[in-house]
Amino acid sequence: MSSILKKTYEWIDKRVQLETLVEFMGKKYVPVHRHSIWYYFGGVSLFLFIIQVVTGILLLLYYKGSEQLAFESIQFIMSKVQFGWLIRSIHSWAANLFILSAFIHMFSVFFERSYREPREITWITGMFMLFLGMGFGFSGYLLPWNELAFFATKVGTDIAGVLPFVGKPIMVFLRGGDEVTGATLSRFFGFHVAVLPGIFTVLLSIHLVLVQRQGMSEPMGMENVPASERKTMPFFPNFLLRDLLFWLIVLNVLAILAVFFPWELGKKADAFASAPAGIRPEWYFMFMFQTLKFIPAKVLFIDGEVLGVLLFGAAGLLWMIVPFWDRKSSRGEKSRLINYVGLFVVVYIIIFTTLGYVL
Amino acid sequence: MDGAGNMQSEKSKRDFLKYVLGGGLMAWVASVVYPLFAYLKPPKQAEVEVSSVKVGKLATIEKDSGTIVRFGNKPVILLRTSNGELRAFSATCTHLDCTVQYRKDLGVIWCACHNGKYDFNGKNIAGPPPRPLDEFRVVVQGEEVFISKNA
Ligand code: HEM
Ligand code: FES
Repeated sequence: MSSILKKTYEWIDKRVQLETLVEFMGKKYVPVHRHSIWYYFGGVSLFLFIIQVVTGILLLLYYKGSEQLAFESIQFIMSKVQFGWLIRSIHSWAANLFILSAFIHMFSVFFERSYREPREITWITGMFMLFLGMGFGFSGYLLPWNELAFFATKVGTDIAGVLPFVGKPIMVFLRGGDEVTGATLSRFFGFHVAVLPGIFTVLLSIHLVLVQRQGMSEPMGMENVPASERKTMPFFPNFLLRDLLFWLIVLNVLAILAVFFPWELGKKADAFASAPAGIRPEWYFMFMFQTLKFIPAKVLFIDGEVLGVLLFGAAGLLWMIVPFWDRKSSRGEKSRLINYVGLFVVVYIIIFTTLGYVL
Repeated sequence: MDGAGNMQSEKSKRDFLKYVLGGGLMAWVASVVYPLFAYLKPPKQAEVEVSSVKVGKLATIEKDSGTIVRFGNKPVILLRTSNGELRAFSATCTHLDCTVQYRKDLGVIWCACHNGKYDFNGKNIAGPPPRPLDEFRVVVQGEEVFISKNA
């Protein structure tokens, strides 16, 4: 058996030089230090994304993306298809864990200043992937065509519509019309299973190639530590095996959540029913949503919502281009400002998310 | 032909090529981008033009109640006050588009999405809604109740 494997390996190696690939991966060293644990969250996000692709494709075999059939097709998946409930529950739970893990990954990169020169492109592709991830969540949320999702989508797309000049066209583009209808469902379905995965895959490839080529960034100040005292471990196979162990843990957590807290379906959306109480966006939009509630209807002569959307847009942009304004870190000096900004954002998100659920 | 003239004509030839290629490229981009954007813009659906809908018999509409009625493809809320008066408003919240409902216990039109409230005249009285609800006309002909657009 093992000789067959060996022969196969040699056969392929002779044609595509696997040796260099192994060498390429083996040359990367992962720094070992007390913050090493954070290095795993990128890998966890990757793992969860792969799960989404696999379970998403499985759902596609039975899901029907139309106003008349979407809800019913998911009922069918959950009650008739063997293990259908499990696949759907995994897709829903992994979606949330994916966003959570991506957020943790982003903040750890931020506090480590790993975005500093020469890894600006890695940071920016990562940020775009996080936005796309939220887009996946927003579009996927509507697909079951239930009451909660229907109104959450109305509110979400209407918020986009408040922007001056570009708002209305964006809203109409997203909704596929002036209202949230079956046309919206078709569009969101297309975004969710084709447009977003396509763009995401391109970004992910760039992100991973860069990480592999540039190697892992070392924590700031590591340059001053004598080389003999710097600890590292080879990416292949040492770190990869640890990665796999971590993935196994995540898989267990996911399985427990998906089995013991199966995802609800709720009531079918009805454009001629009143909005039920408890309409809320997914938790990762909550801090923005809650902020909008606190901004008065009019600030000076600007609409509260417009102001909120513009502020979040500006903040997001600043956050995304941090490698370009934080010159200090690129020069190797520790900037306190970055710590304060990061801490402020983390605390803000936690407080406003909590408020969204308790108020 | 002298050298300068030669160069002159070479240059104008090159310019000509530049314009043709540049213009061609632009035309090509436009002929790809324009249809693409036009395609993405959803066509205007022929609105179901309704001017009036029949709701039902007056006797079937309870006092102190509110019901959502289908008006073309828009929801309308029909209220009947405790003294029997009928009123109708657009049921689409002026805040962010949710569909409102009548809250007997509070005696207001209520929007669950962000706790917006309107009174019996459709006026926004609490919460985030920025404008009153559009009013519709209610007409009672014999036993039948009709709702129609406010002219
Ligand atoms: C290529 C990748 C993907 C495919 C083919 C796919 C496909 C699908 C399909 C067919 C559904 C409808 C079934 C259902 O609602 O249960 C769905 C729902 C959903 N998807 Fe995906 N998906 C993909 C990736 C993702 C990713 C990366 C996320 C991450 C945020 C995500 C989040 C969701 C959510 C939140 C739902 C709604 C779940 C529910 O309430 O049922 N999907 N997806
Ligand atoms: S949508 Fe009605 S209060 Fe916000």
